[in-house]
Amino acid sequence: MSEAGEIIMDILKPADLKYPGALIAVEGLDGSGKSTQMHLIKRWLELEGYKVFFTEWNSSLAVKPATRKGKKRNLLTPTTFCLIHCTDLADRYERQIEPLLRAGYIVLSDRYIYTALARDAVRNCDRGWVRRIYSFAVHPTITFFFKLPLEVALNRILSSRPKLKYHEAGMDLHLSEDLYESFRIFQGKINEEYLRLIDEYNMVVIDATQAVEKQQEQLRKIINERIDLSRYKWRSFR
Amino acid sequence: MSPKQCYEIVPPNVNLETLTGKLLVIEGADGSGRSTQIGLLTDWLEHDGYAVVNVGLKRSTLISNELNSAQQSKAISPITLRLFYATDFMDQLENVIIPALRAGFIVLADRYIYTLMARAIVRGAGPAWVESLYSLAIIPDAVFYLMVRPRILIERNFQNKSTLDYWESGMDIGYSQDMFKSFFTYQRQIQSQFLKMKDKYGFQLINGNRSVRAVFKDLNERIAELLKNWVSNG
Repeated sequence: MSEAGEIIMDILKPADLKYPGALIAVEGLDGSGKSTQMHLIKRWLELEGYKVFFTEWNSSLAVKPATRKGKKRNLLTPTTFCLIHCTDLADRYERQIEPLLRAGYIVLSDRYIYTALARDAVRNCDRGWVRRIYSFAVHPTITFFFKLPLEVALNRILSSRPKLKYHEAGMDLHLSEDLYESFRIFQGKINEEYLRLIDEYNMVVIDATQAVEKQQEQLRKIINERIDLSRYKWRSFR
Repeated sequence: MSPKQCYEIVPPNVNLETLTGKLLVIEGADGSGRSTQIGLLTDWLEHDGYAVVNVGLKRSTLISNELNSAQQSKAISPITLRLFYATDFMDQLENVIIPALRAGFIVLADRYIYTLMARAIVRGAGPAWVESLYSLAIIPDAVFYLMVRPRILIERNFQNKSTLDYWESGMDIGYSQDMFKSFFTYQRQIQSQFLKMKDKYGFQLINGNRSVRAVFKDLNERIAELLKNWVSNG
């Protein structure tokens, strides 16, 4: 890496969480069951009377219409694909995630910056650049990675022969003319990127081949161990 | 060496070898005479047989509408705004500027990354983050910075629009509730950022306090000189 690259290294890593809140993120391939698990975590914490906020990838009201248009009309390049998703996270981050962490909430994020780091690297964006532009976002308190053999993940998605979207299948990468084949190759590449990120970012790996309730039990145990939940109770019930 | 370079990183799927056109940037505040000069330069260049494309900020197909509505609602936070602008810029870079350069056009840019960087830094963004955000930009063949005293900018803004713009007055920063005062403070801050960037990015400083005709003559001579060199270098 160049000298300039060395200097930039110190802004590569997201800052550590210095707020009273807690941030829990889930990552994994499509079909890994992470959204189901996150939903159950949310229900558990809500029903137990904790202050919880849930947010998901690509859902900013200000940005999403542009992303949708860009995908539909095929306007996106790897760089603008990366930037528009970064803008989407920034909007949710500045308006919701960060203020809520400051206010002492447990924030649950279905996909977080690691989704971008994996996907944008597969789209050949410079890995250092992607990390730098996302460096405004803090590290989660816990990031769960739902690990699944690639074939199992692919079968879960493809067995129902779903209608895959162009970008979802990675067709913009011209990996294959065939939508399903392209999806297979694309997911394989994303999986490789994810596996590189697990150690770098201290993710907690969950074996996603296990039964739903078994996984949920593990998640709750780890959350209990790592986060002092009593701090997040509503002080007065409404 | 390729005819064009990027500041640090070449975006995926971009081939710099084929970019034979020229990229000229005019920077300056609202009321500095940028648009007037770009109009005159376009007429002159097209008259002389050069193919010209005009680009500017907030004109992308991808995100300019969303950027406008986000700004109007003012429900937009600083990092988000910067990323909106960066997305808008890169969309135009890849879909307008680069294809035009490949076709051998002269691209006249009504503002470029420098305004975006100066605005962000004045609002407290880390310079390293802002620079890396725009490190994929193509290095222009020339950058002209029209420097105009804030007092004259005010006059011209009132002359053109009868009002000061909220963002160009830096009202979001909260220097003062008084828009007039805020405008002065903000424009001075922006100018001092531009002067800081001047050597690093090789801006040519143009005295924009003069008449339209005098500024045009200045730009015309400088650009004619560049064109002569480009022709003689093949």
